[in-house]
Amino acid sequence: MAERLEAKHRGGTLASRKIEYREEDDPVEVCYERGWTDGLPVTPPTDARVLRMLAGTKRRPDELVGRIPPYLGPCTVEKVAVNAVMAGCKPEYMPVLLAALEATLEPVFTLHGVLATTYFSSPVIIVNGPVAKAIGMNCGINALGQGNRANATIGRALNLIVQNVGGGRPGEADRATLGAPSKFTLCFAEDESDPEWEPLSVARGFPRGASTVTLFQGHGVEAFVDQKSRTAEGLARSMAMSLVKIGHPRLTQSARAVLVLSPEHYAIFREAGWDRRRIERALYEATIRPGKEILAGLDGVGEGVPASRAEEQVPKFHEDGLMVVRAGGRAGLFSAILPGWLAGRNRLELQPVTKEVRVS
Amino acid sequence: MWMRDPTAETTAVKRPRVKPPASLEGLTIGLFDIGKTRSDEFLNQVEKRFAERGLKVKRFGKPTNSKVATPEIVRKVVDEADAVLIALSD
Repeated sequence: MAERLEAKHRGGTLASRKIEYREEDDPVEVCYERGWTDGLPVTPPTDARVLRMLAGTKRRPDELVGRIPPYLGPCTVEKVAVNAVMAGCKPEYMPVLLAALEATLEPVFTLHGVLATTYFSSPVIIVNGPVAKAIGMNCGINALGQGNRANATIGRALNLIVQNVGGGRPGEADRATLGAPSKFTLCFAEDESDPEWEPLSVARGFPRGASTVTLFQGHGVEAFVDQKSRTAEGLARSMAMSLVKIGHPRLTQSARAVLVLSPEHYAIFREAGWDRRRIERALYEATIRPGKEILAGLDGVGEGVPASRAEEQVPKFHEDGLMVVRAGGRAGLFSAILPGWLAGRNRLELQPVTKEVRVS
Repeated sequence: MWMRDPTAETTAVKRPRVKPPASLEGLTIGLFDIGKTRSDEFLNQVEKRFAERGLKVKRFGKPTNSKVATPEIVRKVVDEADAVLIALSD
């Protein structure tokens, strides 16, 4: 009741257009009819809900966060809140969502291309620092799966903003040939429980204890299984065997990937004293192959590198193209690969982006 | 009963498409390379074919397919070509 009264009193402060519907109409169906959903039901953005969502940030509702591709729709903090309501977010997720949105709007993230591509990609969100625990994110068992509200709805809200504010609709500006389930949401936190492990945020230049979001242009999940390797060297070479298969074993275009390292696989590296840098370097080196083994046309398979590269040692990834992130449940010698967008071949023009989460 | 609009509340403006030219004779045909792998190979072939027919061709492009053409690039095409062919290739 208090919220309803507040909505009545303060609803007038909201700038977004009122969409009226009849009492006998189901507001969830109204959202479907207007094309505002990702195919799953959304929570109707009533004044009370939007006002409650706005309480999750100290930023002014009329502040312009940016223009959202593909049609460069202006997006205020209020529009973020409206879409966050629809996605099912809690108000305390707002700072993470705002940081994620701002990260995607950095030119080097190339959000327009990520949306418009025929490839499988969409924004992947990796959260580091105390905010992840504060809002109850999952970095453990089933971290890449369903069941956690923050993981599920922050990623979903970001994609809804691109669809609703940016106008990026599937089959229209979104030209994905097949798409991927990760286009609904792919958002998780890194497991930072081991003080010896350098979190992704620190590797990307932020101090320990800072809360960040890292946005990656990718999709997932591809399984990596090795239940038998017991040495760090063997496990790295084993992982490389799966990593080179991204897209196609002879393709060197993706050039970036996230490897989500499970606790049991991490334990093998940790036992050998390998840190993040050493793991990433070993994977980079183990995914370099002689050009003559991956030539276009070999065995009648058209895909591959041109004959001019036969004598080269051809890397699958950029030197900084692999990001290892720790997550997952304690049991299972499985890790996960999140392949990057094919346009990743343009190393300087397309990069992951990390932003600090501002709680104020 | 109401809820709030989650869109940018902008309205698309419908503009009639420019009619394709009846003939390419005497026109400058822009060949626009979107920056995708092997787009240039495709356009080289197209340019060759147009040249064989005695048509005037001008090349345009952007460095990468992952980013949209800037307004300056689009303006240049509008100013310098009468028709444009955009290459999408892999």
